Amino acid sequence: MSRLRANRPVYIVDGLRTPFLKARGRQGPFKAIDLLVGCGKPLLLRQPFDNEAFDEVIIGCVMPGPNEANIARIATLRLNAGTATPAWTVQRNCASGMQALDSAAQRIRHGYSDLVLAGGVESMSQSPLLLNDKMVNWFADLNQSRTLLDKLKTISRIRPGYFKPVIGLLCGLTDPVVKLSMGQTAEVLARKFSINRNEMDEFSVQSHKRVSHAQEAGYFNHEITPLFDPSGKYYELDDGVRHDSSLEKLAKLKPYFDRKYGMVTPGNSSQITDGASLLVLASEDAVNKYDLQPRAEIVDCQWSALDPGMMGLGPAHSISQLLHQNRLAPEAVDYWEINEAFAAQVIACLRALENEDYCKSELGLKKAFGIIDQDRLNVDGGAISLGHPVGASGARIVLHLLNVLEREQATTGVASLCIGGGQGGAMLIRRSTP
Amino acid sequence: MNTSTFTNWSLETDEQNTAWLRLATQDSGPNILGRKVLEELDHLLEQLRTDRPAGLIITSGKTNGFIAGADIKEFTQIKNQHEALELISDGQSVFDKLEALPFPTLALINGYCLGGGTELALACDYRIALDDPKTRIALPEVKLGIHPGFGGTMRSIRLMGPLAAMNMMLTGSGMDTRRAKRTGLIDDRVPERQMESAARQVILKQPGRRRMNWQGRLISLPGIRSLIAQQMRKTVRKKAQQDHYPAPYALIDLWEKFAGNEQNMLKQEARSVSELILTETALNLIRVFNLQTGLKALGNRKFFRPVHVHVIGAGAMGGDIAAWCALMGMQVSVQDLNRTALAATMQRAGKLFKRRFRSHPQLATAAMDRLIPDEAGIGIAQADVVIEAIVEKLDVKRTVFRDVEQKAKPDALLATNTSSIPIEQIAEDLDDPGRLIGLHFFNPVARMPLLEIVLGPQTHDSVKEQAMAFSRHIDKLPAAVKSSPGFLVNRILMPYLLEGVLMEQEGIPASIIDQAAKQFGMPMGPLELGDSVGLDVCLYVGKILAGDDATAVPHRLEKLVNGGNLGKKSGQGYYRWVKGKPVSDNKNIGEFDIQEIQDRLMLKYLNESVSCLREQVIADGDQLDAAMIFGTGFAPFRGGPLHYINVTGAADLRSTMVKLSEKYGDRFKPDEGWDLIEN
Repeated sequence: MSRLRANRPVYIVDGLRTPFLKARGRQGPFKAIDLLVGCGKPLLLRQPFDNEAFDEVIIGCVMPGPNEANIARIATLRLNAGTATPAWTVQRNCASGMQALDSAAQRIRHGYSDLVLAGGVESMSQSPLLLNDKMVNWFADLNQSRTLLDKLKTISRIRPGYFKPVIGLLCGLTDPVVKLSMGQTAEVLARKFSINRNEMDEFSVQSHKRVSHAQEAGYFNHEITPLFDPSGKYYELDDGVRHDSSLEKLAKLKPYFDRKYGMVTPGNSSQITDGASLLVLASEDAVNKYDLQPRAEIVDCQWSALDPGMMGLGPAHSISQLLHQNRLAPEAVDYWEINEAFAAQVIACLRALENEDYCKSELGLKKAFGIIDQDRLNVDGGAISLGHPVGASGARIVLHLLNVLEREQATTGVASLCIGGGQGGAMLIRRSTP
Repeated sequence: MNTSTFTNWSLETDEQNTAWLRLATQDSGPNILGRKVLEELDHLLEQLRTDRPAGLIITSGKTNGFIAGADIKEFTQIKNQHEALELISDGQSVFDKLEALPFPTLALINGYCLGGGTELALACDYRIALDDPKTRIALPEVKLGIHPGFGGTMRSIRLMGPLAAMNMMLTGSGMDTRRAKRTGLIDDRVPERQMESAARQVILKQPGRRRMNWQGRLISLPGIRSLIAQQMRKTVRKKAQQDHYPAPYALIDLWEKFAGNEQNMLKQEARSVSELILTETALNLIRVFNLQTGLKALGNRKFFRPVHVHVIGAGAMGGDIAAWCALMGMQVSVQDLNRTALAATMQRAGKLFKRRFRSHPQLATAAMDRLIPDEAGIGIAQADVVIEAIVEKLDVKRTVFRDVEQKAKPDALLATNTSSIPIEQIAEDLDDPGRLIGLHFFNPVARMPLLEIVLGPQTHDSVKEQAMAFSRHIDKLPAAVKSSPGFLVNRILMPYLLEGVLMEQEGIPASIIDQAAKQFGMPMGPLELGDSVGLDVCLYVGKILAGDDATAVPHRLEKLVNGGNLGKKSGQGYYRWVKGKPVSDNKNIGEFDIQEIQDRLMLKYLNESVSCLREQVIADGDQLDAAMIFGTGFAPFRGGPLHYINVTGAADLRSTMVKLSEKYGDRFKPDEGWDLIEN
């Protein structure tokens, strides 16, 4: 990878996220833009610089609403962050939020920008119901019918099947090339690495317990800003966590993706959730100009790609490449975040990295990558218990990793996600010691 | 065409031979249709009649609005009915000339359009208005004790039909462009980018002109008209008594008797206004209008340009102050540790914004985006104005301001919304006590125009100027008052309220007492007022004002509060409250001496006003009158409490007080200040 004009350090100076709100059938209380604005208002209020000081705003979002084209720019304007501030929206499926951070980091690194607001958002509960193709064409024909007779003829052609809606969310979560839903790709990995149902459920129970504990200990308090809806309600906690989660309860759930013979259930998958996460990234110049406190440096980010049918192994690929590029051994990383798209998928990544054959044949390593200690991985839970608002998760895990490093007085962390379509992304951050 | 002789109008003809007549009156304020302006218009119309352009478009050459109405100063110079009739007839003839032009005419309304401005627009063939929330079209003459006189009654009814037109004139309230279009008042509402283009196209195409629909013509038929007029009188009576407010009744008479004959109606309109304009009510309402202008002028917007307001406390008052400031365009952070209170604030704010920006929802969203819940009080550091609205406890407020002084910008305005604690006491621990001032808002914030600017003896003059300027940025009327107990408004209200409480304790039914006050012209009787404010609040303020005098607060009030009957908010006080309205028992008024009840209430009120003037709680009598009208709704047609004393005769009122003091004791002893007034 070639580096352009300059190679300046990139700092994370601040960050906030909304509570992650589980989708419960009906549309949630917030559209994606409202999540972003609700997250950005308190974050910008506490900055020592004017809202207009940002050089640009970059937001990751997989499925903005029909009124939210280039949601980054809408957020910029609604946050009063300047009519003269350019803004763009990035999309790399489940890693869109991390893509936004990486894009912002590169712009700063190469000297194009000094101060960038970057992050991700998704309101999955608001994802649209679409008309199927037959219905769309029927409407077009009706519109074209000129005379009353023509219109009646067109109307008489309508069939019950026309009314079957297309669920936008499911389309987005299905790979159109290999025709596998994301859950089915997790089933593929479960078979490949002999992961059984019990292991998946155990992993999931642990995720819930960790979030439960972290909430009790107040670990999320600095990270979350409450949201207020128009009906006078407020939301302050990630509400997808089940404090009473247990193996027995999870064992009762039926497989969802391969309904008859599968193992991946809603209980050992990430949740459908709404949320936003925003970070403030700055160059050294901006840090000095506004007297900011750098909290961590974004050292590097690595993207990899693989067979879309095994998209869940993306983190194994990007992590091994990231550490290789930066000449780091796994032991040099203090804390890890691997997004919990599926329990089977995270376990598969760990097994792949421990597996000499896989590392040699697929990752191009000379030996096994090594062990990622589960006591240092997703220490406060993950998407299985918190939810996975696809556009926001990448920014959330980086923000949370930073908070873990600060809490544990540790230095180095890696955050990584698998990406639908067969990719992986991993970001290396290093805490600035004051 | 040579227009150089005209100082207020400019005339141009465009390539399609349409004449553009732009009004920009010489002074910097809004366009006003004074005598000179109308004379010039008269000449220009003569000229245009001979020049015969393809059409005429009248618009404003100022960006702040179309025309704000007639020149009210000229009203006050009218000496007799003859002069009044002359002034009105002159105006009518100009607009008749405009209407009679032999080519199409159009009013292009860019912003507010009031009174005479609306009448001018009505005399045009077409009206097109800028689609903007600031555009309001109104015939508010009734608020000055008159009704439209430049043909506005006849032309609005002819255009919109009697129901919509009479409703507009009887209420005097403005229409937004959406309603104006629906009622037919304007032909179209267009965005700024299409203003000129729309006007040109209408002149070119000359589409059919609007006229009242068949329903309008139906109810204009003589028999039906009388029935409707009866109904209108009944509705008006609920809001205003005829002897207090004759104008709406005169307007209904005018329509009932003379609709149907345009020429005669114009003549009768002029006669009716010339009679109204010299009534006591009209003189007093015009006085009130001038008082309002006077208060506005006290704040100099340019002296201080606040952008960010930080409100501490998201209770009922704090939350509503925050919402109001956001509505007025400020960036607002509102601080409270209680998330439920913050959420309730956001909800109420959302409702307010939605109501205010009904046809422009994106502006409601923008206002919501300006309002930031701020648990940690981070906003203090960036704020230009910090307003504290927390519990009325001196030590808590002191602690808050010690902290605020450390964090706030050195030139930020620091204010407390206290209603009872002396400003100087709260300021005591500050490094610079002179920075603190009181900003006393009234409830409901969105509806009460007055803002008491409470000056401690230590408050810097520059801080006062800042506060006065701020009040104008948030569209409130500033009244600078001394930091003495109760400040001005509550201090004057309290004796009136407590006298009501006492009479109820004596056995006079609450509804009778309140009725007596309303007959005087008060918007609310003392007991309904107490219930609305909250009896606990009344008790608290009453005790503060009473000082050491333990007997000053009637025990009945204390009993009600201890029993949990707090008024409107608890559902029971002096009244039972159902859906925010008091249930009245309609007692027979005959058994009671209503005049004495009224005297007892109002003389307490007037006496305290006199006392405040003597103690110079506020700069002068006019400001005192204005504060009581805009802060408490003191009967506007009476021109203010001190003005009422002057008109009625101080000596008479004083002697009534002396009589009452013989019967009821020292609380009716006239204040020493009466001597000053009698001279």
